[in-house]
Amino acid sequence: MNELLSNYLPILIFVGLSGVIGLALLVAPFLIAVKRPDPEKVSAFECGFEAFEDARMKFDVRFYLVAILFIIFDLEVAFLFPWAVAFGELGWFGFTSMMIFLGVLTIGFIYEWRKGALEWD
Amino acid sequence: MVLPYIFFYLFSAIVIASALMVIASRNPVHSVLFLILAFVNAAGIFMLAGAEFLALILIVVYVGAVAVLFLFVVMMLDVDFAEFRSGMLQYMPIGALIGIVLLLELLLVAGTAYLAPEGAGSGVLPIAGGIENTRALGQILYTRYIYLFQACGLVLLVAMIGAIVLTLRHKPGVKRQDIAKQVARGKSGLEIVKVESGKGL
Amino acid sequence: MDWIVYALDYLLGVPILGWGTMVGFIWKALLLLVSLLLFTAYILLADRKIWAAVQIRRGPNVVGAFGLLQSFADLLKFALKEPVIPAGADKAVFLLAPLVTVLLALSAWAVVPVSEGWALADINVGILYIFAISSLSVYGVIMGGWSSNSKYPFLGALRSAAQMVSYEVSIGFVIVTVLLCVGSLNLTDIVIAQQEMGLAHMLGVPWLSFLNWFWLPLFPMFIVFFISALAETNRPPFDLPEAESELVAGFMVEYGSTPYMMFMLGEYVSIILMCGLTTILFLGGWDAPIDLPPFTWIPGVVWFVIKLCAAFFMFALVKAVVPRYRYDQLMRLGWKVFLPLSLFMVVAVAFVLQLTGWGWHGGM
Repeated sequence: MNELLSNYLPILIFVGLSGVIGLALLVAPFLIAVKRPDPEKVSAFECGFEAFEDARMKFDVRFYLVAILFIIFDLEVAFLFPWAVAFGELGWFGFTSMMIFLGVLTIGFIYEWRKGALEWD
Repeated sequence: MVLPYIFFYLFSAIVIASALMVIASRNPVHSVLFLILAFVNAAGIFMLAGAEFLALILIVVYVGAVAVLFLFVVMMLDVDFAEFRSGMLQYMPIGALIGIVLLLELLLVAGTAYLAPEGAGSGVLPIAGGIENTRALGQILYTRYIYLFQACGLVLLVAMIGAIVLTLRHKPGVKRQDIAKQVARGKSGLEIVKVESGKGL
Repeated sequence: MDWIVYALDYLLGVPILGWGTMVGFIWKALLLLVSLLLFTAYILLADRKIWAAVQIRRGPNVVGAFGLLQSFADLLKFALKEPVIPAGADKAVFLLAPLVTVLLALSAWAVVPVSEGWALADINVGILYIFAISSLSVYGVIMGGWSSNSKYPFLGALRSAAQMVSYEVSIGFVIVTVLLCVGSLNLTDIVIAQQEMGLAHMLGVPWLSFLNWFWLPLFPMFIVFFISALAETNRPPFDLPEAESELVAGFMVEYGSTPYMMFMLGEYVSIILMCGLTTILFLGGWDAPIDLPPFTWIPGVVWFVIKLCAAFFMFALVKAVVPRYRYDQLMRLGWKVFLPLSLFMVVAVAFVLQLTGWGWHGGM
């Protein structure tokens, strides 16, 4: 096994162990606690009346917009990581290349700002 | 060298099984959750191939961002999914066609690797030894592949503008907080009066 | 029977690594896990005590001396409560959500170096691993909120997802500014870079090592990171997903018993992780603040824990003294203040480094 993979083995063991502890915690009350369910107890939490409809409803398209903008900026960050790591070896050319990339995205950001996409109402 | 093989088969089996469940499960939210499982295991396979940067970026971008969007969309669509299913036969031919094309392409790729092993890797640059792959990527991505890199930037710009054009709807008559205006307001419109006790204004 | 032993040996990778290494890994993992959980129990108590002290109350003081056993009593209490699963809930996802939360919160700790060479797995891409894991933590919330099939949890989950996602971008940019100075994704390298270069070295007083740490040259980023960490972990003043006065308890409304406790555990473990990350990125990790004898006698892990606790003290104080943000203010702060500020800082830091040739460049 090469060195890279043997570095990751402890992580796998650790995740496995935490999974065991998490599962034990999750299962514990099902084994030792009393269980007396009744219809009122297992109904959804509301302000004292029956729920009118299914709780999973349509919601504002704005959340969707936030998620898309997040993907774009997340990709931007993903591009920045290798750049930051290799920064010392890239010189002015690599620097300028990234500045143009960021500049293009800043145009998008300014557009977004002026359009009011960042306002929450 | 046995452990990596065991994990390879484990990860691949989970990827295939969860990919099957993505199309087989009745609840679309479950489908997305299985898709996430498939992504995570695919990242595991990347890791086994030694591409640690790609593996983690796959998790950050696909699982951490794209799948969140999928979940939003699936949770937001308030439609009857049984209705969707009824039209399935109608789309079966085109679906099968796309499936066959993909299968052929995969066979071509695998066939090249099998028939002409020296040709399969000819377009690939060898990785310099002793350099971790994030750094190796950084050394060429921004200089050698600058046009592709800038094209990525433009694609992201188009995506950003497209998303705003398609989804941005302002509600009319919304009052917003303008902090600069609030702060600049000062004491105008406000009068401080000293009231003596027992007298009132 | 020989073949069983043989197969087991191969399964466990013994021929390659040897029993000693494997057992060593398992022991280390157990040690880290147990100490982390114990530490979390006392951090929880400290949080309640600090909160109480700000409000001139005593806080938990009945179970054990000064309430020292309170967290363990809570654990027992939760385990003995009836686990209620709502009738309309999606049972599998409902139970999976707390498990995912705890698992993700804990697994990030596998790469954190608490002292020189004291990381369970000292991987090349440590900071990226933590960034990836923390970007997944939103799933526990969404799954819990959606599967409950109840309105408050659903709204809480939506809010929470949008909030965590918004602040993750600025956390990413902050990490990039630190990486620019370090030139390596390895967490140990990030700490060592803070020992080997910095302001104190430039001023010719290398023993004042607290001046070397990144909190000083990257001060605005330090603040942005701290506040984004609050928002990312849903701590007050950004606790909108569980805003009691609006959403009862947000995405956790339908949970009780240990599943509820697991959400809390996951939340606190990730808060401690964020404090640890603040320590590593900005406060020099296990490095002693002054590089002279009485300070250097104390082992690195103690310094790490001291710094972590100091960061947590700030978290706890913020919870006690700052009123909750409104949702539009929260989004405005994330997208219109932190995002442009951190983006600008990335450009500014890169420009300065490029101009002067400063930076550690991964030790090369």
